[in-house]
Amino acid sequence: MPAKETFYDVMRKHGITRRSFLKFCSLTAAGLGLGPEFAGKLAHALENKPRTPVIWLHGLECTCCSESFIRSGNPLAGDVILSMISLDYSDTLMAAAGYQAEELLEQTIEKYDGEYILACEGNPPLNEDGMYCIQGGKPYVEKLRHMADHCKAIIAWGSCASWGCVQAAKPNPTQATPIHKVILDKPIVKVPGCPPIAEVMTGVITYMVAFDRLPPLDRQGRPKMFYGQRLHDKCYRRPHFDAGQFVEAFDDEGARKGYCLYKVGCKGPTTYNACSTIEWNGGLSWPVKSGHGCLGCAEDNFWDKGSFYSAVTNLKVAGNVEANAEKVGGTLAAAAAIGVAAHAAGTVISKATGKRSKQAEEVNNG
Amino acid sequence: MASSGVAASNDEYTGSLYVFEAPVRVWHWVHALTLTVLAITGYFIANPLPSQTGEASDSFLMGNIRLVHFSAAMVFAVGLVLRLYWAIVGNRYARGMLTPPFWERVYWRRMWHEIKMYLFLTRKVAKYRGHNPLAMMFMWLFNLWLAIFMICTGFALYSQGAGADSWADTLFGWVFLIEPSSQAVRMWHYVGMWVMVAFAIVHIYMVIRADVMSRQNGISAMIDGYRRFKDDGPRSPQ
Repeated sequence: MPAKETFYDVMRKHGITRRSFLKFCSLTAAGLGLGPEFAGKLAHALENKPRTPVIWLHGLECTCCSESFIRSGNPLAGDVILSMISLDYSDTLMAAAGYQAEELLEQTIEKYDGEYILACEGNPPLNEDGMYCIQGGKPYVEKLRHMADHCKAIIAWGSCASWGCVQAAKPNPTQATPIHKVILDKPIVKVPGCPPIAEVMTGVITYMVAFDRLPPLDRQGRPKMFYGQRLHDKCYRRPHFDAGQFVEAFDDEGARKGYCLYKVGCKGPTTYNACSTIEWNGGLSWPVKSGHGCLGCAEDNFWDKGSFYSAVTNLKVAGNVEANAEKVGGTLAAAAAIGVAAHAAGTVISKATGKRSKQAEEVNNG
Repeated sequence: MASSGVAASNDEYTGSLYVFEAPVRVWHWVHALTLTVLAITGYFIANPLPSQTGEASDSFLMGNIRLVHFSAAMVFAVGLVLRLYWAIVGNRYARGMLTPPFWERVYWRRMWHEIKMYLFLTRKVAKYRGHNPLAMMFMWLFNLWLAIFMICTGFALYSQGAGADSWADTLFGWVFLIEPSSQAVRMWHYVGMWVMVAFAIVHIYMVIRADVMSRQNGISAMIDGYRRFKDDGPRSPQ
């Protein structure tokens, strides 16, 4: 492939018409929250800039990120981005396999050293020198480190790469570790969610390849345009929360009326994601819309917080002992009350015996 | 300075003595009131009341509970800041909450006596002008550090609703760098409430007990500020 190939060239090669290309540009600009003039800028960038290759690696994961990605609600965006990234390396999507596939990685490093984007789905297990995830005969963590050494930036797809997710759940026998704790010297964009929303994924990747920089990130490294607010802040059931109207059980009147799901464990109030605005599968639905609370799948450690169906969740008490925060706190207060009562009783007894011994003393001395 | 009064003569342990200045007393009762309001509203934020009926537009129950919680929290936080200011400019008894004299041997000797007394290992009772060493330690742990913990986690949670460019996020957003899971911050804030309730129970008990059993007054000192000694005997345990 010629080194000066642009994104537009690649898209045209894949049979995407100019009309579709422009549509994609305006949709993506809108999705990123950019003004109308950015559709033209996006198109210009994609037409003139040399294509940035994307290497898509898979560690310990379930491929739900890829599954979400290829089901982008807007098929156009999916097709376009897909044709852009499948050219390089993506175990699941590319045609090549075996030695041919692994060779592509080295070729990319040679041609685009320090220029390509490394998209990581899943995370590396570090225990036993990374032996819990072997690719091409080598631990995945080595492959990840090797590819990260030569990349420009990293996208951490999904909760696995961002936080660790279920394979990092206690006791985490394989020591599955999120990307930002393994690769310390490259800029990392976290795109958490299990999986992330397809439009969020295509939006982030388009922003990075078109504008040649990271999207604005929040304190925890997530793109602000998609993770700037909690689900709860934009939830269409929020008025029911403020009114104090809750679903108490999944088959009650409140559930039929579409009341707030907070009391049956919805984690919307503590979850940063775009589900309540972009929704899923092209705006078809999302968890709360379907009548089930949010699990908080885009949040750190959501897998180790006890029941998904309780508003008050678990806390680590000591060591590996966990208990519901409600029980821990209630027990503590009850213990204080009982302790106080016992001490009061002790005081009364002490006073009584004290008097008696004093009297005895007086009798003896007298 | 922050001495625990080793050199003080017995004269200072007889009759009555002005100990708790007005700002300290006002703060104490504001603190107690806001804590009560915060604990009750906080409990109902974590465990909402039974579902309201009727149209959502007719009710704003949860919204009001949160409003009261946030308002009380602001008073609580500002109150603590003013109290800490008073710990610097106020009298020596106001300073105990900020800096108990941990570096003084006599503090620990008296602490040891207090512990023995509460464990019924001795019946001797000492006199104190301000707080006894054990009480001072509890004030320091709960009214200073636990209160700061609750303020930091509380405003961090508040910043989630207030938005990424709010003052709350600027000042307290760092909490999520220490604990990225906001659900966990929420739970620690909730557990902190229960710890505070436990402290309040023990505190109220201790004060009433001291009022009855000790050689000085308890409750009334926080009302008019005067420490009154019940006997003219020496300060040391007897």
